[in-house]
Amino acid sequence: MTPHPTGALLSRYARGADGVDEATVWALEAHLECCAACRAALAGAVDPATVALLDEVAVRIGAGVAAGPGPARPRRLRRTGVAARTVRWLAAAAVTVLAAVACEKSFASMPSLVLLVAPMAPLLPVAAVWSRHTDPAWELVATGARAGLWLLLRRTLAVLLAVTPVLAVAGWQTGHAPARWLLPCLAFTAGSLALGAAIGVDRAAVALALGWSAAVVLPSLAGQRLPGVLDSAAWPLWTGVLAVCVAVLLARGAGRRAGPGRP
Amino acid sequence: MMRAVSAAETAPPVYAWAVHAEALVARAGRHVAVDRLDLALGTGVHGLLGPNGAGKTTLMRTLATVVRPSGGRLHLLGEPVTGRADLRRIRRGLGYLPQHFGFYPRFTVREFVEYMAWLKEMPKGAIPGAVQRAIDRVGLAGRADRRMKTLSGGMLRRAGIAQAIVNDPDLLLLDEPTVGLDPEQRVGFRELLREIGTDCCVLTSTHLVEDVAAACADVVLISDGRLVWQGDTQQLADRGGAGDAGDSATERGYAALLRAHRGGTGTTAQARDGQARGGQDRGGRDRDGSPA
Ligand SMILES: [Zn+2]
Repeated sequence: MTPHPTGALLSRYARGADGVDEATVWALEAHLECCAACRAALAGAVDPATVALLDEVAVRIGAGVAAGPGPARPRRLRRTGVAARTVRWLAAAAVTVLAAVACEKSFASMPSLVLLVAPMAPLLPVAAVWSRHTDPAWELVATGARAGLWLLLRRTLAVLLAVTPVLAVAGWQTGHAPARWLLPCLAFTAGSLALGAAIGVDRAAVALALGWSAAVVLPSLAGQRLPGVLDSAAWPLWTGVLAVCVAVLLARGAGRRAGPGRP
Repeated sequence: MMRAVSAAETAPPVYAWAVHAEALVARAGRHVAVDRLDLALGTGVHGLLGPNGAGKTTLMRTLATVVRPSGGRLHLLGEPVTGRADLRRIRRGLGYLPQHFGFYPRFTVREFVEYMAWLKEMPKGAIPGAVQRAIDRVGLAGRADRRMKTLSGGMLRRAGIAQAIVNDPDLLLLDEPTVGLDPEQRVGFRELLREIGTDCCVLTSTHLVEDVAAACADVVLISDGRLVWQGDTQQLADRGGAGDAGDSATERGYAALLRAHRGGTGTTAQARDGQARGGQDRGGRDRDGSPA
């Protein structure tokens, strides 16, 4: 700390006298900010009119603080732009999966609906978190520094964290090994993001859901048997697909500079 | 303790223009909305004028990095905007109010501005203070904890301006910011613009010529996606003759410039004022950046 200023300097400073040059004022104020004793000495050196003025200012500021809005309390649960808009899509996905469980338990002869639905479960919520149609502020999101791959991955992860527990319950209830529903689910999610680099994540997710329904779900239901790709033995295939999609995603930096709904 | 001033705060900008476009081409869908536009903007408040369909919104969205340029060269805050460029540095210094301001209806004003500050990668500790300041500056302090869906049109616009200025942008783009503001709010808004424009490049598009006359130092007039004229508001007013349509000198100047442009004499008008400006206050550079 700098040495305490003399009483003469303090009173000259308090009077706003001309004789104090700028460098001295600077050093003096730096000292005053961290020395209570000198602040007290300064208070004594100030003329009565100034003291009255300062009192008046203090009273008014106090009144203003008391009358104004209180300080905003920091919230523990931070709202995100995603949650509110995605809830209905997540609910739809959960209802579909639970309906598949009910069907599968009621009609034992049918091919496993849980396994057929699992790859599609996260697709519509993923489309919803990265679409111009469901994100009213997409234009602002797209100009944010955070827009791009990491924001997309963050939102996708949030969807997976919500969808996977429902699938886990469904898999446990119907007795399927996790690899049979989790790997296709992850592979399709990664696939929609990788394909999204070219045509937009929302379109890619919808296209994959429709393609899977047409190419696998409907034929399986019509033929009353589960296709080979959903056997337990198909896990290397799904792992490979997942790895390729993740590699494509990282290499192309899907939407690295883009916002929702744009390639 | 003295407040520490970081080097980044006091560092002078290393670029000559906050916005520098050369033969910029940008599309709205398939339509070429910005057609070989040359534009250089520095610090200050610039008003973007032009008839409907002139390409104002597409230009704004291109400068906001929403639309990718499909031709020409564009530098924002000294950084190139090209196909593979990392735009994060530009975007951290950007404030943008789109023409159709989309928001999350269930958020409060404070939550919305906070979320936008987070998207702009502001340091976590600086966000609450910056959000409060931005909300204060647009006069919404009393409504900071109201939900967005309960706000009137004018208040929403002000909330939109608050999110645009929350990061103290170096480049502030406002697309039709005065829509829905009443006359008193409009006056307050002009004052805010002038204040922000002292150390920031502000480009505000409007269809109200009077807004430009009151709030902007500099006017950019575009038509059919091309630069028709750039000069200060006084020069714009001087352009008008008694025979031109309009209630004020600025409106008459605007009408005269557009008429001259449509008659095919716009090029000469553009060149003349460009050189006059360059000679006065742009250090001997003309508009396309080459030494005069
Ligand atoms: Zn002391």
